[in-house]
Amino acid sequence: MVETIYKPEQILEWLSDVADPEIPVLTIMDLGIVRDVECNGGVTVSLTPTYSGCPATEAIEASVVAALEERGVAKISIRRVLAPAWTTDWISQEGREKLRVYGIAPPQRRDRPIICPRCDSSNTELVSEFGSTACKASYRCVDCLEPFEYFKCL
Amino acid sequence: MTDKNVLAAYATRLGDNALIIGQRMIELVAAGPELEEELANANFALDYIGQARMFFSYAGECEGAGRSEDDFAFLRPEHEYQNLLLVEQPNGHFGDAIVRQVLFDSWYLALLEVLTRCSDEGISDIAARACKEVRYHLRHSSQWLVRLGDGTDESHARVQQSLNDLWKFTGEMFVPDDLDDEMRSAFNGPHLEVLETQWRADVAAIVAEATLDLPDDQWMASGGKQGRHTEHFGFLLAEMQIMQRTFPGATW
Repeated sequence: MVETIYKPEQILEWLSDVADPEIPVLTIMDLGIVRDVECNGGVTVSLTPTYSGCPATEAIEASVVAALEERGVAKISIRRVLAPAWTTDWISQEGREKLRVYGIAPPQRRDRPIICPRCDSSNTELVSEFGSTACKASYRCVDCLEPFEYFKCL
Repeated sequence: MTDKNVLAAYATRLGDNALIIGQRMIELVAAGPELEEELANANFALDYIGQARMFFSYAGECEGAGRSEDDFAFLRPEHEYQNLLLVEQPNGHFGDAIVRQVLFDSWYLALLEVLTRCSDEGISDIAARACKEVRYHLRHSSQWLVRLGDGTDESHARVQQSLNDLWKFTGEMFVPDDLDDEMRSAFNGPHLEVLETQWRADVAAIVAEATLDLPDDQWMASGGKQGRHTEHFGFLLAEMQIMQRTFPGATW
């Protein structure tokens, strides 16, 4: 059997269909956790975990393998890359916009106000530094009174 | 010891500290004093368990004997754990748990910062990841210490007592043994005496802001790094290991 040699661009395109299990509007490409793709007979995808204890890490690795197997790729391996550590700066511009539309305020520089994802007001207040997942805090908009989640800057 | 053995042993020790403090925090899940603290505690516990997994996986890789992270976490006897005595101390009341976190996190963060510059990439990569998390944990536990210390007469007195009680477990953090020395000479690891100066200054600043008094120098307990633990540790392990001891290899 002749081994198919894939182009990394092709693999990356397929990976942009893989959603984050905890924030399904984001793909793993939006999150910026795909560090590298190597095609040499098999395919090696390098991924960087977001938080050390992120329960989604294994789920994401399994979805990457599943997404590529579905396209007939054989010999897939996943490499976990720890350094440089993931930062929210790697979330793409498109990813940030998707977060906002979904109702989660995207990460902001510390000196900037947190903007309400529903009414765009900057008149918001912190309710709790912790939220439903390790990466989010809970906020409330003082103008439209809606509670919302904020993706913490890391 | 060969270089690989030094790394395996050192990574195991780091994993032990992260695992045991994480396990103590897990015991607090569903017992937080308010919802925000409940979420914070559970999220932080998850960070520590995640760090323990990375350190144990790396230890297994360096050791080369085929042991997995789970083998390290669940299938070793008590005397093989080399965590600090501080991290195995029971949760007690909320103030006790907060003081334990402040004393440990301030030491752990200083240690990890040095380890990010050590000459072994395996350790320095995990340390760089963990630093970001522990810095955040320390900010949180310090804020609580200030709230409790500078709170009511009752909270002040109780948290001062917690500090006095736990102080005797801080001595061994700065007493190097053979493994610390080898890590330092072979991989540019931490110099514990230098770390102590920084830690003392950091803790003194937090304690002063909390309007508390630093305890006097006193007799210090030790033995954690040599596998000699306090009486609380066996109970902690019994609960943590029961599934793997009862049903070896169980998965779900």
